[in-house]
Order: sequence, then structure tokens, then C-alpha cells
Amino acid sequence: MSQLHLSPKIGTDDVDKEPTRKGFGRGLKAAGDTNEQVVALCADLTDSTQMSLFKEAHPERFVEIGVAEQNLVTVASGMAAMGKIPFTSSYAAFSPGRNWEQIRTTICLNEQPVKIVGSHAGVSVGPDGATHQMLEDIALMRVLPHMVVVVPGDSVEAEKATRAIAENGQPSYLRLAREASPIFTTEQTPFEIGKAYVLREGKDITLFGTGIMTYECLIAADLLAKDGIEAEVIHVPTIKPLDEATVLASVRKTGRAVSVEEAQVAGGFGGALAELFGREHPTKLRRLGMHDRFGESGAPNELLEHFKLIGSHIAAEAKNALET
Amino acid sequence: MSGQLTIPQLEHKAVAVREDIIRMLEHAGSGHSAGPLGLADIFTALYFNVMKHDPKNPDWADRDIMVLSNGHCVPVRYATMAEAGYFPVEELKTLRKLGSRLQGHPERTRLPGMENTSGPLGSGLSQASGMAYVMKFIDKQPHRWVYTVMGDGELNEGNIWEAAMFAGKNKLHNLIGIIDRNNIQIDGNTEDIMPLEDLRGKWESFGWHVQEIDGNNIESIIDACSMARAIVEKPSVIIAHTVPGKGVPFMEYDYHWHGMPPNSEQAKEALKKLRTLDGKIKGEHE
Repeated sequence: MSQLHLSPKIGTDDVDKEPTRKGFGRGLKAAGDTNEQVVALCADLTDSTQMSLFKEAHPERFVEIGVAEQNLVTVASGMAAMGKIPFTSSYAAFSPGRNWEQIRTTICLNEQPVKIVGSHAGVSVGPDGATHQMLEDIALMRVLPHMVVVVPGDSVEAEKATRAIAENGQPSYLRLAREASPIFTTEQTPFEIGKAYVLREGKDITLFGTGIMTYECLIAADLLAKDGIEAEVIHVPTIKPLDEATVLASVRKTGRAVSVEEAQVAGGFGGALAELFGREHPTKLRRLGMHDRFGESGAPNELLEHFKLIGSHIAAEAKNALET
Repeated sequence: MSGQLTIPQLEHKAVAVREDIIRMLEHAGSGHSAGPLGLADIFTALYFNVMKHDPKNPDWADRDIMVLSNGHCVPVRYATMAEAGYFPVEELKTLRKLGSRLQGHPERTRLPGMENTSGPLGSGLSQASGMAYVMKFIDKQPHRWVYTVMGDGELNEGNIWEAAMFAGKNKLHNLIGIIDRNNIQIDGNTEDIMPLEDLRGKWESFGWHVQEIDGNNIESIIDACSMARAIVEKPSVIIAHTVPGKGVPFMEYDYHWHGMPPNSEQAKEALKKLRTLDGKIKGEHE
């Protein structure tokens, strides 16, 4: 897919790595440079969520809230009512983990374009353990009317996604990861809210990835190719609104699918796909992710392997799906 | 709108607001009686004297803003807005009906002049703080004020105290909180359910200027708001002691009327009590 300008280093040992939150930090600063209405609010995690870049560049538009996530999003709602475009950041376990009702009432029902940025989502948070490994955020945000849900695949895309949600005029959730992950897109790779991208074409099975799991799908497709299986890889950075046309076109061709996410599959990305397939085109779908359980402490890579969220496991699941 | 009506005229307006509340609740068949009746004097003072606003131009950029935090008391806001000319008084009858702009709990996007969506308690002070922060530090609009009306029962919510800390830290002098201190909540009296006292001391310790007033005395309300606007070094809160169900003797002080509407007999009796100021004067239609 040459028009996607993907990184030539995909699948090699020297692929560049960076946490998606770094891209958010750059994107937010850039959004603030070009749009004076952009303001940033943080709940005592300014460096960790990478809001520090914006704070240094635009101190008069940065607001420290302290460890008070309910206040974080409701102050932001008030600022949005004054015409601002507020970005709020914390760890996803706390925002949107703790303040869901405030997001529902004062942002979604109230139709204020507040941006909820949840960093340190997924099991790849690592040693902090289950309390801090947010897994339910996709489901929690996806069910809210008016809410847009974006899970960037790498730091380069996270920067573009941040700039895009700054201008979309809607409540939006941006899900970020703590750990450095492979960069598979480039500055030239297109990103648009609501679009899914066919990263690799294939006819036998479709691998749907969101967030940093898309790279693992690309690795899985390489492994499957060695066995003569042509897997199509689709990157879905926007879970809501879902790019139904692209998703359905693929499974109409392949007839089988695997979805991969670093979150609860119930109500999550896999849930969104299952709902679509159930309505439009019944398709056998294997959903990789967290199945009604919490994570635990460990090294990030160790945990991804433990929970079968790496390329080799995805390939195995795909083969299994093709055999049944 | 300031200075147009005398105090007696404002008191008459508050009676009209209470009559509207009784009629709309009777018509709706559900909703809260006690809180809105107790708040009628505060809302009348805000809309007919205290606040800078324009019913014909609800989005006027220089207006003062009022955030209603305890959304279940919205009938008093609807009634006052209608009396002020935001929409026809007749529309009050659509309260809680399918397709109405007057939802059971207020929704900003449905009704021009409704500044926020609320119902779930405890988040209004935060939203008002965000607005006041923008006015004070970012857009630099020293001529605008943000008022927020809170219930006392809702002060059980942690979100309120997060906002109180934030506003205190940032010395949001352009933020004026009004607490409807009617001492009732759904399960009973506030001091039995979850005591709030020392309420003055709590707010003072969070860095707020505190006044306590008779919240059913319009002149006191206007004076207290004037005083609050004169305090430039910290946010202000007015603990407005009100009588729940004020103006309707059989509803006054009784927490059972918190979440209940009057039936038609009760509404008739209530309207009679309001028109005659509980028998002190002869009603116009007697």
C-alpha cells in the first residue's frame, strides 16, 4: 500500500519505538500553537501524560487541577461553554475511569467539545499492575452518545490524531499507552477521524488491529505469509465512528476475522466489530484482548505475551480460525 | 435588567413564579415541589435585578452566567425565565412532556438561555469555576460574573469540594455560589442524613468569603450579591437559608414534598394560599 507511506522498517530490528503519549504531547503543543482556543488541564500527571510541552509553550492556557478527576472534566466542561477547546489528561484508569458520569452529563449530553485523554491504558502499563492497567475505557466511552473514540497506532499517528480532535468540535476520547511501541506510520501516512486503513491486502483472513496492537497484526501477517496464508491487515484507529465500509468490504472478501486490542473485548473494539458483523454480514470473528479479567504486574512485553497479544499468538489464532 | 423593579414589585414577581411552579408541577404530574418554591425569591432576584442578561439575546457575549447545579430544582428556573421573557409562560405546561424543551432536568442544548445540563448532583460548581477561570485569566472579562445555585443536600458530593478547592486556590472572585440551605434532602433532614455544619467554617477554610442570609428576603439576596461582587480577593458563597415549600403552608418545612408534585386539589389550595399570602390579603380572584 504505497499511498500509505508506511515505515520501511516494519518487521525489522531497527524499527523506531516511542510511546504514543509522546506524540500526543507534540500534537497538543502544535494544536495550541495554531489555535488559541485550545486549553489544557491536568490532574497532577503533567510530565507523565506529556502535557508538559504545552504547559511550557502556553503557560497561560494550562490549568493544574490536582488529583481530582471529577473536577478535571467538569471544569473543562465549563471552559468549553466559554468557547475553549479543553484537553484533559490523566491516566485512563482515573479519567475516564473515575469520572464517567460527569463525562456523560456535563460533556456528552451537554455537547461540549471536551477532549478526554487517557494515558497508560492497557496491560502494557506493566509493573504498576491491575489497578493502573485500564481495560474498560473503550467500552465506557464507546457507549456514550456524541463521543468520538480514537486509539492511535503509534506516536506519529497520535500526534495527527491529537491535532484532528482539536478541530472536530465534538467530545472525544484519545487512548494512549505508556510503553514505547514500534512506529509503523510516517509523517506522510494519512490520518482522518473515522477512517480505517488497509495496511496490507490479503484474501484469506482479516486481522483488525487498534492502537499499538496493529503492529502486532503486521508481524502476524508476515508469519502467516510464510505458511502461504494471505492475511489482510486493517488498522482501525477510530473505534467510533467506525469505518463500516472499509471493515465490511474486507470481511466480504475474506469471510473470517481476528480482532486485537489491549482492552476488554466485551464492549470494546472486538465488541464494536461483532455488533457490526451481526447486523450487516455475519462473520466468524476471533477476538483477542482481555476476556473478563484484570491484568497483573509484570514487564510490559512479558504481559503482552502472557495475554497472547503478540504477533505469533495472533498468527496462531488466525490459523486456528481458518481450520474451523 | 438591573434596577427596573422595586422590592415590592419583585416580591409580586416571586409570587407569580411560585404560581407558575405549582401549575406546571400539577400539569406534569411529577417533579420536585419544595426546592423550587423555596428558591423562587433567589431566582426572581437574580433574573430581575442581579444578573446582566438579555432574554431576547440569550447568547449575548457580555452576559452574566447562572449555572444551576441541583438540576431537579429547574422548575423555578423555567418559571423565572418564562416570566423574564425567554419563552411564553404558556410553554411551562409542557414540562416533562414528550418533545418538550422543558425536560425534567435541564438540558442546555434544548433551551436558549439554559447555560448547563444538570441533574446528577455535585458538578455545577466545577463548571461555573471553569467559566469563571476563563473570564478571569484567559479572556480577561472583568465585567462578567458567574453565579451558581447549589442545593445543600448536594454538598454531600465530593465533586463540590474538589471545585471549592480549585476556586479557592485560583481566587475566583468572579464566582458567586448560592447555597439553598433548606435543611432537607430526600431521606430527611440534612443534619440527620449527613451533617453539613459547620458549613460556614467549611467554606471559609477552603478560602471562600461567606455570607449567611434569609434566602426568602429579596432585598437581602440583592444586597448579598452586591457584597459578593465587592469581594475581589476570593470567591464568594452565600448560604441562603430558605424555607422549603415557601409560600404554601402545608408544604413548608416538610421534606416529604422534596420530590413530590401537588395533585389538583393540593394545587388549588396552594394557589389560593399564594394569591392571598396565606390569608393575609384578599386574592384578586376571590
